[in-house]
Parts: sequence; C-alpha cells; structure tokens
Amino acid sequence: MAVIKSIEDLERIRDQARDLVNLRKDSESKIRVVVGMGTCGIAAGARTAMLAILDELKKRNIDNVIVTETGCIGLCKFEPLVDVIKPGENKVTYVNVNEEKARQIVVKHIINNQIIDEWVIPNI
Amino acid sequence: MKELSLHVLDIVQNSIKAGATLVEIDICEDSKDDLMIIQISDNGKGMDEETVKKLEDPFFTTRTTRKVGLGIPFFAQAAQSCGGDLKVKSELGKGTTVTASFIRSHIDRAPLGSMSDTMVSLIAVNPEMDFVYRHKIDDNEFTFDTREIRNILQEVPLSNPMVLDWIKKYIEDNLIEITGGV
Repeated sequence: MAVIKSIEDLERIRDQARDLVNLRKDSESKIRVVVGMGTCGIAAGARTAMLAILDELKKRNIDNVIVTETGCIGLCKFEPLVDVIKPGENKVTYVNVNEEKARQIVVKHIINNQIIDEWVIPNI
Repeated sequence: MKELSLHVLDIVQNSIKAGATLVEIDICEDSKDDLMIIQISDNGKGMDEETVKKLEDPFFTTRTTRKVGLGIPFFAQAAQSCGGDLKVKSELGKGTTVTASFIRSHIDRAPLGSMSDTMVSLIAVNPEMDFVYRHKIDDNEFTFDTREIRNILQEVPLSNPMVLDWIKKYIEDNLIEITGGV
C-alpha cells in the first residue's frame, strides 16, 4: 500500500515540476557550486555541506544554480571545500564548510552577491 | 568515517570517476549469522590485476594532486577491525565490485548511518547516472532503482529538488519498514 501511494506522489511531483519548468535553460547563465567529494572531503563532512546547500536552494526557490562535485584537490586539511563560480567572475573557494556556513554561503554569496571573505582562501 | 554510509558514498566516487553509468549498492544484514555485507558494483572501465593488488596500499593513487589514496584502505580497515574483510574484483572494460564484510554486532562496527543522505547526495550531482540500492535485513528486502523512477518522471530530471525530497523519504520509509519499525 505504502509503495503505491509513494508512486502516486512521485507522479504528482512530476506534473508539478513540469509546470515549473525553468525557462532559462542555457547553463552558461547558471551559477556553479562545486563540493569537494574526495575521501578527505567526505570524512570532513562534505555530505552534510552539500545537503545543506541543496536544502537552502530549495527553500529559497533558487533554480539558476548547478551543484556538482569534484575530487580531492590537495587541500585536505581545509575540507569540506566549496567553490562558488558565478558566470564571468573568478572562482571563490570556501574552506571548512559546515552546515551553517553552507547555508550562509547560499544566502550571502549566491543570493545577495556578498562574498564572505573570512571563510575564503585566495585563488590558487 | 563515522558512518558506513559515508564509506559507501566515498567508494561510489571511484565508480563515478571510472565512467560508470550504473552503480549497484547491496547491503545485506543477517542477524542469524551475525553478518553485514556491503557490496558496490559498477560498470565502469575496470582495472587490471596489477592495479587491484595495489589498491589497499594507502600510498597508491591514480591522482596527481596528492600522493595518498585512502578510500579503499579506510573501508578495508573498517571491515578488518570488525572481524570482516574487503575484497575487490575487477575486470578491464567490464567494471569493479567492492565487497566489505563485518561482524554485525561487533563493538567497533560503525553504524550504517543515513543511506538516504548518501543516495540523495549521489543522485543530486549525477542525475544522468543510474543507481540501484538493495537492502536486505533477514527476510525483509527493499530495492530502490533510479531507472524505474526515471520511467515515471519522464523528462523531469532526478535532480529536481522535489524529486530528491521524495527519494529521501521513500528510502527512509522503506528502511523503517524492513527494520520492522512502525
């Protein structure tokens, strides 16, 4: 019974999602968020950071952001690392991103365009 | 790693980098034999025998950004410290299977943790890949297969936030069910 109800829910979500199709399909205008998902990142809490980012984007109805992942870039002691890349701007790398920082990055940087300098490492 | 589900997330990253299009995660818990088995199989590019032999060496990695590769050694250590073992089978061009076994009641066995979080993180950033997650606890079993979900969703991507929410809840509900919860 529960399974059938769930599948019905999924069909309903599909129909809802179709109605809310994002008209801006070109990925060039999208902001990219890259979470470090190497062994070091995962051990340091990258899963929590990523889920917090996804949750905050969902809560605020932000649909011009693509969240992706990358492996270890050799800065293991600063993990979890999160890059924010806005179109036409330099990459910004946040270090030691926990759940709270992840949510702040979405609100301050992605939405309000304010880079949170104290959590950023200089471009490398 | 604090949770075995984080090891799963980590090992699947290897499958993703190996170009897999399908990753199957099988978790089997047997209370009679007091055994827990976690198996991750992919259809990625696979490895030759020589490479497989080097995997458990923490100073072996194909990466160039650093000199260590700890994913497999960590998972192997977790299994070995719980009276279990880790095995890797691989064939070039076919794919790789990683199997870790644990004594289920072993005092040092980390909790499985949130498999729903692991699956959602994997699907959110790899919506074009397919994942199968089977979990068996004694006689109860459940299977989650993104191919079935894709069929229902049609052109709506798996990474849609509402879909991800549904996936999280679906996995959580089913796990409660097979654990014998309410």
